[in-house]
Amino acid sequence: MEIFYILMVLMLIAGIIAVETKDLLSSVICVGAVGFSSAVMYLFLKAPDIALTQTVVEVLGLVILIRATISREKSFISGDREFFAVVVSVVVLFLIFMAGIGIFQNMAPFGDAAFVRIADSASQVYLKQGVKDTGATNIVTAVYLDYRAYDTLGEATVLFTSVIGAIAILRKKSRKLLSEGDSQ
Amino acid sequence: MLYSLCFLLFMIGLYCVLVKKNMIKIVVGILLMEYAVNLFLVMLGWRKVADGAVAPIAAGGDLLDKAGTVSQLFVSRAVDPLPQALVLTSIVIGLGSLALMVAICIRTYEKYGTFDITRIRRLKG
Repeated sequence: MEIFYILMVLMLIAGIIAVETKDLLSSVICVGAVGFSSAVMYLFLKAPDIALTQTVVEVLGLVILIRATISREKSFISGDREFFAVVVSVVVLFLIFMAGIGIFQNMAPFGDAAFVRIADSASQVYLKQGVKDTGATNIVTAVYLDYRAYDTLGEATVLFTSVIGAIAILRKKSRKLLSEGDSQ
Repeated sequence: MLYSLCFLLFMIGLYCVLVKKNMIKIVVGILLMEYAVNLFLVMLGWRKVADGAVAPIAAGGDLLDKAGTVSQLFVSRAVDPLPQALVLTSIVIGLGSLALMVAICIRTYEKYGTFDITRIRRLKG
């Protein structure tokens, strides 16, 4: 149990540094610290598949982010928004946080998963029938690639659409020259 | 308590998105919020069992026969597989949206020479 608190506090500290530091490269690296701490936390939460995915995605994401920040002339930043706007947003965020605390106090405590109490919940059925239905001993894989395969198909669609968008944005010159004009 | 700390991480990300003027900082804030939500969903599936929870992987002795009947001990100890499978989807989509956001940032920097959103005023079609 204590390891969760230690990792969570580590993530919070890294997150605060990432938000408040003036140097963009340090900020990006602190986000990497948050991501890798969450990967370790997934291991302790008994989710090895997510830990692996998070590690791979984190490495790729850091490479992308460092590509954006490195060798920029103005990698240091100055100042926040106007004082009044900052105060208003902090007050609103504090109110939202207090409301959230109220919700979490009414929830079941950490470690008391809801799916245990419902006898025929989807998760219970997956755990009991998963190996029999799909032949995969890893139940997460069974859900990911068999029970909810359409979800995975949608995920692949979103991923490739975003890659197409990124390529379209980063493309240096358009396929058709401006001088050619539109041919209707 | 752990849920509240996770929510605090989400709030730090939201503060970053609302208050900071730098585009890369806004991307960083969105990333922090994403981590917090993913972590919260996985936390919901963890359960406290006397002799330790196990990952939802039926290894060795948990399989009783060739047909795939799992032991009652495994069912009573494994953590929730459903949030894990859905968070797996969410993490991969996060990478795609990060690539798109960073592409927009790079193009904006090339066009305006700054990441500061208050100085990007000359909006053209």
